[in-house]
Amino acid sequence: MLQINNLHVKLEEEDKVILKGVDLTVEAGKVHAIMGPNGSGKSTLSYVLAGRDGYEVTEGSAALDGEDLLEMEPEQRAAAGLFLAFQYPVEIPGVGNMTFLRTALNSQRKARGEGELSAGEFLKLVRARAKDLAIDAEMLKRPVNMGFSGGEKKRNEILQMAVLEPRMCILDETDSGLDVDAMKLVADGVNALRDAGRGFLVITHYQRLLDHIVPDVVHIMADGRIVKTGGPELALEVEKNGYTDILAEVA
Amino acid sequence: MVALAQARQDALETRLAALALPEGGGWLGAARREALARLTAAGLPGRRDEYWKYTDPAALNAAEAAPAKVFVADDEAPGFGAIDRLRLVFVDGVFDAERSDDPALAGVEIEQLARAGQADIHWARDLYGALEARGQKPVARPLATLNTAFAGQGVLIRATGRAAKPVHLVYERGSEAADALLHHCIRVEEGAELTLLETGAGAARLQTVMEVEVADGAAFHHIRSQGRDHERRMVTHIFARLGRESRFKSFTLSVNGRLARNEAVLELLGDDAVAHLAGAAAGDGDAFHHDDTVFVTHAAERCESRQVFKKVLKNGAVGVFQGKILVTQDAQKTDGYQISQSLLLDGDSQFLAKPELEIYADDVKCSHGSTSGAIDETALFYLRARGVPLADAQALLVLAFLAEAIDEIEDEAIADEVRGKLEGWLARRKG
Repeated sequence: MLQINNLHVKLEEEDKVILKGVDLTVEAGKVHAIMGPNGSGKSTLSYVLAGRDGYEVTEGSAALDGEDLLEMEPEQRAAAGLFLAFQYPVEIPGVGNMTFLRTALNSQRKARGEGELSAGEFLKLVRARAKDLAIDAEMLKRPVNMGFSGGEKKRNEILQMAVLEPRMCILDETDSGLDVDAMKLVADGVNALRDAGRGFLVITHYQRLLDHIVPDVVHIMADGRIVKTGGPELALEVEKNGYTDILAEVA
Repeated sequence: MVALAQARQDALETRLAALALPEGGGWLGAARREALARLTAAGLPGRRDEYWKYTDPAALNAAEAAPAKVFVADDEAPGFGAIDRLRLVFVDGVFDAERSDDPALAGVEIEQLARAGQADIHWARDLYGALEARGQKPVARPLATLNTAFAGQGVLIRATGRAAKPVHLVYERGSEAADALLHHCIRVEEGAELTLLETGAGAARLQTVMEVEVADGAAFHHIRSQGRDHERRMVTHIFARLGRESRFKSFTLSVNGRLARNEAVLELLGDDAVAHLAGAAAGDGDAFHHDDTVFVTHAAERCESRQVFKKVLKNGAVGVFQGKILVTQDAQKTDGYQISQSLLLDGDSQFLAKPELEIYADDVKCSHGSTSGAIDETALFYLRARGVPLADAQALLVLAFLAEAIDEIEDEAIADEVRGKLEGWLARRKG
């Protein structure tokens, strides 16, 4: 589903190389996790895939279902089924959460040649999804992420994911800033979306999220490359011994 | 200095030569002659006047209106169409009785200025030109004085209770070169309530003055939308005097046009009065120049005033905000607030702001702020990452920026109308 080959990326503004040849394939129905120390390039990978400005791809490719992601605008990537749950969800004053969600959903449907959802259909859909994530009507009414707590922001990301139903979900440090209860809610939300047609890439610094969202494959990223790949036990190893041992081993 | 005075004198004479005092004597004729004398003494505004530093008054001073193409807005519903209202239609600044509703239906007294000279409408007699004259200090506003002298059209509205429905002044355009002067007087009596709507560009050059007396415990709501004509010019003045526990709220939506100068001069004279002024403007192109000039005087205790002005500018558009809060020595416990903000969509556009506070009382709460900024790139990316195309995402953020001013409108149905209108305009603009 998601296929990344030899991806090299540098910052546009300065001559700093961040990704130095990432190879990664996420199959439909699978959950892949990427772990790694700070500054290893995990978040950069997620931003480059989503199409954020400021990065230059110097080599390699990234494709979703065979379509070249790097040639697409961010909104085209979203319509093609790519979703990034942001590490720092953005506050947008003046834009209501419901308006935001509805505009996003209908824009994607339009781009895919599907009919737009009526106000009634949309409301029904959002209410059902919001209930599972313990998001109340008040949160839906407020401007996007304005005055939300850290946990509320992350739950709101998962709500967007649940409403937009993307094919490929990337979660960038979704566990950061969450207490145990909030993490459980978020993980339940993600697990509810797991299905045979959908792929997940879960980026995290710590193993604890992976207790709740159990991955099929775990990758360790360091200095812009994936240096080790294994099963869920690899995450436990990180938890126990830290990154130092693994990095020493592959060096 | 002498040369300058001479130039001013010449400009005034040229302008006056193109005008004639309207027919009809009586009290109105006297008020007009008095205004003409004041105008002759003051002269027309010039670029060297402090209050005209950012806006060139030449096109407003000119003897004739520059031609402006009539914009046919046949792609949208009429303004405030969803609101049950009483329509009074003016075409090129002339009242059109046939196309207007029966004035009796609003439950307020309505008289045309053109017929007022003969009648002894005592309340209008006390108001016409009186608030405008008060508003000449400390800053001269000669174009308003010119209006008092020469306007032959306008309405006189007096509400003695709660109006049955809003009164809607519809300003339509007929010709490409019409020069219109409209002068309205409004008195909202003690405890009464009136909503006034205004829509349209009105003329190639439209000059309006509205004098509003809001008596003790009365409420006046004013919502206007200044039309989409790209080439029109206008200067508007609101002079309002507020009594004890009265409320005054005015909102203006402005898009397109070459020049708009909207002045508001408010005096809070009774304790516990509330005055809100808000404006949302969107301009595209270097021909666009939009100026909000506001002067609020607090002269009583525990009054609240609020100014919220937002402008979105691109392709060389220019926005101006000059806003002043004056708190006199006796106006203790004043709560004054002022914010002016611009969203500059490119590097060519310009926002000029002059916020001023002048406070003589010692127990007041006054704050003001002014910002200029580009569109939030992070928010833009967030929207796009969720599938919203770039142009839609920009329009959404522009609307969100202006929404804060629209939120100042108290009536939800009217606010929704304004929002819908603006949304439609932004959607058409993208293409």
